[in-house]
Amino acid sequence: MSDHHNETFISKYIFSLDHKMIAKQFLITGMFMGVVGMLMSILFRLQLSNPGESFAILEWFLGDKWAPGGVLDPNMYLALVTMHGTILIFWVLTAGLTGTFANFLIPLQIGARDMASGFINMLSYWFFFAATVVLLISLFVETGPASAGWTIYPPLSALPQAIPGSGLGQDLWLISMTLFIVSSLLGGLNYIVTILNLRTKGMSMSRLPLTMWALLIVAILGVLSFPVLLSASLLLIFDRSFGTSFYLSDIVIGGEALHHTGGSPILFEHLFWFLGHPEVYIILLPALGIVSEIISVNSRKPIFGYKAMVISLIAIAFLSFIVWGHHMFITGMDPFLGSVFTFTTLLIAIPSAVKVFNYLATLWRASIRFTPAMLFAIGFVSTFITGGLTGLILGDSALDINVHDTYFVVGHFHIVMGLSAIYGMFAGVYHWFPKMYGRMMNKKLGYFHFWVTFISAYGVFFPMHFLGLAGLPRRYYTNSAFPMFDGLSDINEIITFFAILGGVVQLLFIFNFFYSIFKGTKATENPWRSNTLEWTTPIERIHGNWPGKIPSVHRWAYDYSKPGSDKDFIPQTEPLKEGETEH
Amino acid sequence: MNIKLRNNTFKQLLWIGMAGISMFFAGLTSAVIVRSAERGWDTFVLPEYFWYSTVVIIFSSILLVLSKRKVKRGVSPTPYIFSTLILGLFFAYFQFKGWGQLILEGRYFVGPGSNPASSFLYVLTFAHLIHVLGGIISLIVVTIKSSQKKYTKEDHLGIELISIYWHFLDVLWVYLFIFLLFSLK
Repeated sequence: MSDHHNETFISKYIFSLDHKMIAKQFLITGMFMGVVGMLMSILFRLQLSNPGESFAILEWFLGDKWAPGGVLDPNMYLALVTMHGTILIFWVLTAGLTGTFANFLIPLQIGARDMASGFINMLSYWFFFAATVVLLISLFVETGPASAGWTIYPPLSALPQAIPGSGLGQDLWLISMTLFIVSSLLGGLNYIVTILNLRTKGMSMSRLPLTMWALLIVAILGVLSFPVLLSASLLLIFDRSFGTSFYLSDIVIGGEALHHTGGSPILFEHLFWFLGHPEVYIILLPALGIVSEIISVNSRKPIFGYKAMVISLIAIAFLSFIVWGHHMFITGMDPFLGSVFTFTTLLIAIPSAVKVFNYLATLWRASIRFTPAMLFAIGFVSTFITGGLTGLILGDSALDINVHDTYFVVGHFHIVMGLSAIYGMFAGVYHWFPKMYGRMMNKKLGYFHFWVTFISAYGVFFPMHFLGLAGLPRRYYTNSAFPMFDGLSDINEIITFFAILGGVVQLLFIFNFFYSIFKGTKATENPWRSNTLEWTTPIERIHGNWPGKIPSVHRWAYDYSKPGSDKDFIPQTEPLKEGETEH
Repeated sequence: MNIKLRNNTFKQLLWIGMAGISMFFAGLTSAVIVRSAERGWDTFVLPEYFWYSTVVIIFSSILLVLSKRKVKRGVSPTPYIFSTLILGLFFAYFQFKGWGQLILEGRYFVGPGSNPASSFLYVLTFAHLIHVLGGIISLIVVTIKSSQKKYTKEDHLGIELISIYWHFLDVLWVYLFIFLLFSLK
């Protein structure tokens, strides 16, 4: 029986218990925050390419205080970098990506009416919303938002008097992050129990689409790693606000010796990166799941090596917990310990390579449909390879030391984590938009969006590797005081040009998204001729998902172009024919 | 949702939540291990009240085991759950007394009399007590429901859930107690 019922505006659009509406809330909040974070990057890129020059746009956005005469204030530069990282990593690529696709796809792809607890699901969004509001408020406080980097290393983050951004802005950052962690944990709990308990008849774990495997593993990663960040933040709050000395020791500010003794900032780094590294995979794994699905559907071929894909997801997740030390090679770490972390880090290359080869094998000799979603999925494979290769250099302690804290690192993680995950997110939006809104997104705009994004993204991040190899340090407001870097200014100008171009083209995507919600071509029930269960639901999106009985599942999700079949896809709901074997 | 599925779902929610809580404490205790290896780490004896609270929480867990047995036999478990609640309150009382004893010894959470060792002790015990308060609130709810005869032989999910959580708090405290005993020695 359907759970469809009459709803008020508030229960349908605001405090909705329907997983599909909650997914849209996560998506639109994530998109909004994406625009804010992207705008910040353009503002600080102007300073990096043209240090000390005046730009009216800076004064227009930041006001006379933070951009007097149109020149970016150094404190605001640090704040913009910090907030850009925080917003993109947590708000867009964690909540925006997982919150959207876990909520939208889990019940639909496993064959459930809704999440195990619609209420917890709703709470998860509203904690996220509250976190968003607090973070946005921090942009408007007198001393500016947090400025210690998204990694909030003490002592900068632990001493309110250190720099303007260490004050109220940092407090609000911590409050916001606490709310965010609560949201993530509530969401994660729900995702796990829903996938484990509410699968429809026939949907065994071995028949789960790879998106479900990825989202299940991500939820487990989140539940196990976010609490450690919470413990690190708790100790940081005590140091900041109560005067304890967990992370602080022997510090003199403005000639005044502080009372803190015996603390260790390295301790914070250990705790932070125990979350921080799994966080990379919390961002990446949902994209891996989405891309697996989209590549298979649009190649009209079964995903190559389904079991290997699942095992590699699990292996990546497990290894992500024992590699955090590679972020700390230059903290005075014992070289032997460094070599252990090098070993565990390089091990991740194995399951990652399995995934890449399986994607390529799926694409090999396939009848590929180049939809915008497919282009972004292939773009993901490209960035996963390019960014992964530079990861081999950074994962090796002997090589990492040479480029640590340079633009080489910035280029690496933006490509392997940032671009890959955002491509996965774009691919997911283009692919599931018809199911979300019952209409199609404009294809031509989608193609234009992809190509300009793809070119400009590489235009931004590829040259950064050369800057890093030349020794240009990251995080600096300006490098004009060092003549050795004068020759690099042209590269910085090119990077900023592509950053602006890439930023502007995202507006086209946003236009396409909102225009298509209202004016897009009406979608059919299964426009991509896909096998998974969500495409068996009616176009009118109802609470409860299926009007009658939930369909049963009889096969895996990847029966594309199966020999002996008269069509090139066989939905999971179709029983096996007599004598037919399951993949 | 049928009863079995509902029970499994809620139990899994709880187990996964407890895994998250465990990671929170694992983070804090690993921080103690890293910090205690460096200079300026104070050593002292744990307040005797923490021994009392250890005994109390272990005993309270045993009572919850008995209450579960009772409800499964169709006998009212209310006296046992209520006794667990009282022991839970005693546990909280002994924790406060333990902190009082620390203050009398001049070991503060913060300020001139503090040391990272004592600060960590307060953080760990306070964080645990916050979780115990969650358990106490749940015990109050379960006691009330039990007195209203809302639990049957076949369906007593509330008692099962609080049992799992309370045993978890018990094991967590015993771990923290032994850990602190050795870390501060």
